[in-house]
Amino acid sequence: MNIREVADSLSLDVKTARGDLGRSVTGCYISDLLSDVMANAKEGEVWITLQTHPNIVAVASLKNLAGIIITNNRTPEEETLKKAEDEHIVLAVSPLTTFDAGGRLYTLLRC
Amino acid sequence: MEGKENIEGSFHLTGGDFTNAGVASSELKSIMTKLGISPDIARRAAIATFEGEMNVIIHAVAGVMYYMITPDHIKVVLNDMGPGIPDIQQAMREGYSTAPDWVREMGWGAGMGLPNIKKNSDEFRIDSVVGEGTTVEIIIKIKEDKTP
Repeated sequence: MNIREVADSLSLDVKTARGDLGRSVTGCYISDLLSDVMANAKEGEVWITLQTHPNIVAVASLKNLAGIIITNNRTPEEETLKKAEDEHIVLAVSPLTTFDAGGRLYTLLRC
Repeated sequence: MEGKENIEGSFHLTGGDFTNAGVASSELKSIMTKLGISPDIARRAAIATFEGEMNVIIHAVAGVMYYMITPDHIKVVLNDMGPGIPDIQQAMREGYSTAPDWVREMGWGAGMGLPNIKKNSDEFRIDSVVGEGTTVEIIIKIKEDKTP
C-alpha cells in the first residue's frame, strides 16, 4: 500500500510532497515523543502525532518514514510545511483523533 | 567505504536554535550515504548524532559536533558549553530529564536522549564538568562488506 491510498482512505488533507505519494507504507508508529520515534519507528512507517513544529520533519527524514499524519485538525507551523516540502516528506492533516486515525490505519494495513 | 582516506569535519551548534535542529545530523547522514556506508550504520549514527545535537540545543549555549569517518568506524565528538551534568549515572537513566516544560511540550526532554545515543553506538564515553560543559564521544563500527 502506498501513502496515496492511505490518504484517500482516511480522507487526509495532504499538505506537502504530493509528488511523493507513491511511496509505500509498511506500518505505522504513534507517538508524540520525538526521541521515542527516533528510537522505535521503522523506515517506511507512517507517523501519527499531535506535534506540529518543524523538528518532526527532521525526525521523519532521518528515520526515512513514509509520512506524517497530524491528527485533531491541528495546524502545522509554516516552517514545518516548508521543511517537509524541501525534504520530500508527505505531511497530512486529519480531523480524526489519534485513536481513530490509528484504528483506521490498522484495519487498512493489518486486516 | 571506498578509498582509505579519513573524512573529517565539524558542525557548529547553537543553543536554543530549534529551527535548525537535525541539520548537522542530516548533513552527516548524507555524507555517509555518499561514501557508501550501509544504511543501517548511517541510520544508527544519524539517531545518535541527532540526539546529541538536541542535547546541545536544549541545554547548552553552544557546541561543536566533530566527526571523523575512517574505513573502520565513524567517530563523533560532541563538545558543548553548557551547564554540565552533576550526576552522569542519573542522567543516563532512561526517563530522567532536566529539560524545561516547554521543551517537553515539543516532545523532547523525555529522558531518552543519552540512552538512545549509547544504544546506537559501539563505544560511548561521556565527561562533564559542572559550569563548563559536557563532552560525548561515540564510535560506530563500520562492518566490512563481504559481497564481492
